Amino acid sequence: MENIITNNSIQQEEYIVNMGPQHPSTHGVLRLKISLKGETVENIEPHCGYIHRGIEKMCERLTYQQIIHLTDRLDYLSAHTNNEAVCLLVENALQIEVPERVKYIRTILDELTRLASHQLWWCAFGMDLGALTTYFYGLRDREKILDIFEETTGARLLQSFNVPGGLMNDIHPNFIGRVKEFITYFRKKLPEYDELLTGNVILKERTTDIGLLTLEEAINYGVTGPSGRASGFACDVRKHHPYSAYDKVEFKEILYTKGDSFHRYKARVEEMWESMKILEQLIDNIPEGDYAVKMKPIIKLPEGEYYQRVEAARGEFGVYVLSTGEKYPYRVKFRSPNFSNLSAINKLGAGHKIADLVAIGGSLDLVIPDIDR
Amino acid sequence: MNAIINYLKELFGGIKTLLTGMKVTGYYFVHPRQIITQQYPENRKTLKMFDRFKGEVSMPHDENNQHKCTACSICEINCPNGSIEVISKQVEKEDGKKKKELDTYIYKLSMCTFCGICIKVCPQDAIVFSQGFEHAVFNREKLIKTLNKPGSSLKEKVKE
Repeated sequence: MENIITNNSIQQEEYIVNMGPQHPSTHGVLRLKISLKGETVENIEPHCGYIHRGIEKMCERLTYQQIIHLTDRLDYLSAHTNNEAVCLLVENALQIEVPERVKYIRTILDELTRLASHQLWWCAFGMDLGALTTYFYGLRDREKILDIFEETTGARLLQSFNVPGGLMNDIHPNFIGRVKEFITYFRKKLPEYDELLTGNVILKERTTDIGLLTLEEAINYGVTGPSGRASGFACDVRKHHPYSAYDKVEFKEILYTKGDSFHRYKARVEEMWESMKILEQLIDNIPEGDYAVKMKPIIKLPEGEYYQRVEAARGEFGVYVLSTGEKYPYRVKFRSPNFSNLSAINKLGAGHKIADLVAIGGSLDLVIPDIDR
Repeated sequence: MNAIINYLKELFGGIKTLLTGMKVTGYYFVHPRQIITQQYPENRKTLKMFDRFKGEVSMPHDENNQHKCTACSICEINCPNGSIEVISKQVEKEDGKKKKELDTYIYKLSMCTFCGICIKVCPQDAIVFSQGFEHAVFNREKLIKTLNKPGSSLKEKVKE
């Protein structure tokens, strides 16, 4: 009997399965071509391009003010951070010093974005593993942040609140009160996340020792953000190359050494605590001043190459601009964190069961429009 | 023997973690008041959006059916998607001078990305974001809107 099973041709041959482009657990239109041997993954080949919109090319015919609204649409869950990258690039290129108030507000909104993004990731990660309950608990708290955004910026997700030289508007009078209220609220609610999911035996069994990524591999593939830091790659741009008001705050860079799915999970949950610490340090000390410096209606960057990086919720987001001195950039390139994080998926998934691939994909926290741009 | 003890430890430890999670869900089961639900289509009459909410671009008119748009087309130039089209006409004034006036202000909602640049750059504050957010229509042509009302004219500047 055993001979029959081992000689079965299905067991011997490689079997190719497409996961996606329409698959609920790829969080978007990502196609993974998976070679299987039995139930074990042999090779994963990501096929990108299903949501390619040519944003980099579009930027070549847009002014610097107009580019900003397109960066919202890369990683839509860290829209504010992406906006900031373009604004900082323009400000640094023209050597404009923005008021302190702008820096503080930008940093606060950055951290709120990160919190909202990690909350949604937490919801979706639980759902990837079959726990639908987490989805409602995470969205309950995320709604509070989105209300703060809506009141101040006018939009819940794609804010376009940054402009070169400052912000679109001053903060709403209710903003400070609402953020403080949210911090006290979320400090009570975040332990619920641990009770519901972190200690859960199903999560632990399905993520511990699954999808291991060593420090060397993380650096080689350029895996940044919480996914990289779970492998011990100290890559926090906020810490090592501070921008805006990050040099004025104390926070811990969450570093783990193991680099499995569980530690990628843990890094994000811990980052939520750190984000709240940053918010607490800044929210009472917003200096008075203008919310923007007056800019010329047509911004022309001096000839040359510029690069600016920021820490988005998923890793290092970079903008490269090649300017010829015109009002349009000659070439724009976005270094999106998700594209690099996805590139490591073959290293992470190969050798594991296909069901674990969903957990690995979830732990990388992929946003597909950011990959294809 | 050790294997059995380990097995039992894992089993009961696992059940304990599941119960910890169920404690949280159980708490909300017996405290239904702490659950927040937006009764959206039912609360339509009382639902108020925030003042800065970016609904759609609109042009406020006063009681004399006058708007502030001078047809300078700055919004049209600044729009990244080409969703605004300002058509102007030459009007002869009483003193014989020719003046540019707004004829039609076309706003294509289907192309708008709500970035808010047009409202920021408008020198006259002639356009604002309105609060409406229910944009669904059955026909695509309905998304192309004319913002200035028929018969409207330019508001004369009040001397201060």
